[in-house]
Amino acid sequence: MKNALIATVLVLVCSLFVQPLSASPEDNVRLYQDYFKKRFPNIDFQEFANGVYAVNAQLRENWEAIEEFPPYEPFVERGESMWNTAFANGKSYADCFQNGPGSKHLYPQWSKEQGKVITLALAINQCREANGEKPLKYKKGPINDILAYMAYESRGQLTNVVIPADDPRALEAYKQGKEFYFTRRGQLNFSCSHCHFSSSGMNLRSDVLSPAVGQTTGWPVYRSKWGTVGTLHRRYTGCNKQVRAKPFPAQGEEYRNLEYFHTHMSNGVVLNGPSSRK
Amino acid sequence: MRTPFNHSIYVLLAAMFAASVFVVQPVVLADENAVEQGKKVAFDRRAGNCLSCHLMEDGEAPGNLGPPLVAMKARFPDRQKLRDMIWDITTSRPEAMMPPFGRHKVISEQDIDNIVEYLYTL
Ligand code: HEC
Ligand code: HEC
Repeated sequence: MKNALIATVLVLVCSLFVQPLSASPEDNVRLYQDYFKKRFPNIDFQEFANGVYAVNAQLRENWEAIEEFPPYEPFVERGESMWNTAFANGKSYADCFQNGPGSKHLYPQWSKEQGKVITLALAINQCREANGEKPLKYKKGPINDILAYMAYESRGQLTNVVIPADDPRALEAYKQGKEFYFTRRGQLNFSCSHCHFSSSGMNLRSDVLSPAVGQTTGWPVYRSKWGTVGTLHRRYTGCNKQVRAKPFPAQGEEYRNLEYFHTHMSNGVVLNGPSSRK
Repeated sequence: MRTPFNHSIYVLLAAMFAASVFVVQPVVLADENAVEQGKKVAFDRRAGNCLSCHLMEDGEAPGNLGPPLVAMKARFPDRQKLRDMIWDITTSRPEAMMPPFGRHKVISEQDIDNIVEYLYTL
């Protein structure tokens, strides 16, 4: 009886999430955020920005101790000097980002001219290349310094991804990201949502799974497992590999569209990067 | 102390023991082997890794995504149904978050048989 009930609820819940491919992004956000508000009724909405530490008190204690001496601080400092150092042609990042370093809330954004999703990491490299500098690698290394600094300067802004209505290609990119999130893949056959919706807060052996809403606010992230700061697309790679699926290239179309959908899901949640994780 | 008489008793005892092993044990041994192998595969992170989602007797740090695997014989009297569940749970429960161990060849057919033997001891 109980199993049958659980199974029915699961099917209902999943069909709720998958079926409205035709629903508007605004409808989707409401659906997802309400799901997590109901699942974790005692958690203040802005707390979702803290990922797994919002939903597990035991892990949270360790994490708060770590955040007292933030391991990402040296990265922020290096990023600040990158921001303040002129390129060989005399220009600098400030010439590309009119809002200054605190621009993270504007990304990912749809570019009508380029017909694609521009993430902050891609915008940084486009800036470099436009000024005759070599692009940075997208998962490890100095891209994390500049991202950490810009995230730090953007703290307190709210996630606010826009799907412009005047370009149907933007909605198409969003839909592709959504499909990615709910599609089973890999030998182990899980979708992102299997781990981060219906199993959020639960234990996968000794790992506790974070809720999907809030997963994008704290990047880049210092992970003790990595021993350094890494990008969101590095994390996507890891989560794909966990289910023995072939990861996609960082900043390729699949992950950029995924980021577009994934970040939009957290609209209204505060930006709090960089952050630290287990 | 060691007289030829004593020796022959040991030889006799040893012979009887050996005979009991070879004559009486084979069937039981094969089963125990299957149970043991099944448990090994179920616990191994790089194989079944069932523990990452299921509480199982004497498994350390189990996850809680799936139901505890207890009283399996009583709950799944039909051996084939239990095997099918491990081979591909999505045929009976389409939304279930459990890898289709047989269909996606995560582990071998023999491993699945052994796991069923093991589960029946829980
Ligand atoms: C097999 C389970 C599983 C699947 C499937 C999975 N993840 Fe994860 N994910 C984890 C675990 C475990 C962690 C680390 C704990 C946590 O923060 O949730 C994690 C962490 C993350 C984080 C970091 C959150 C933070 O606050 O630092 C992001 C982002 C993420 N996953 C996105 C995804 C995306 C996107 C997909 C699908 C492509 C996906 N995950 C699929 C298990 C999974
Ligand atoms: C990633 C998580 C995960 C892994 C790994 C996993 N399972 Fe499961 N399992 C589940 C979930 C979730 C259910 C419940 C599905 C449902 O009822 O919709 C389940 C259900 C079952 C059931 C039915 C139990 C019942 O009481 O209804 C059996 C039997 C089972 N699993 C055996 C195994 C075995 C054996 C392994 C390893 C070879 C394994 N599972 C690995 C998640 C997992």
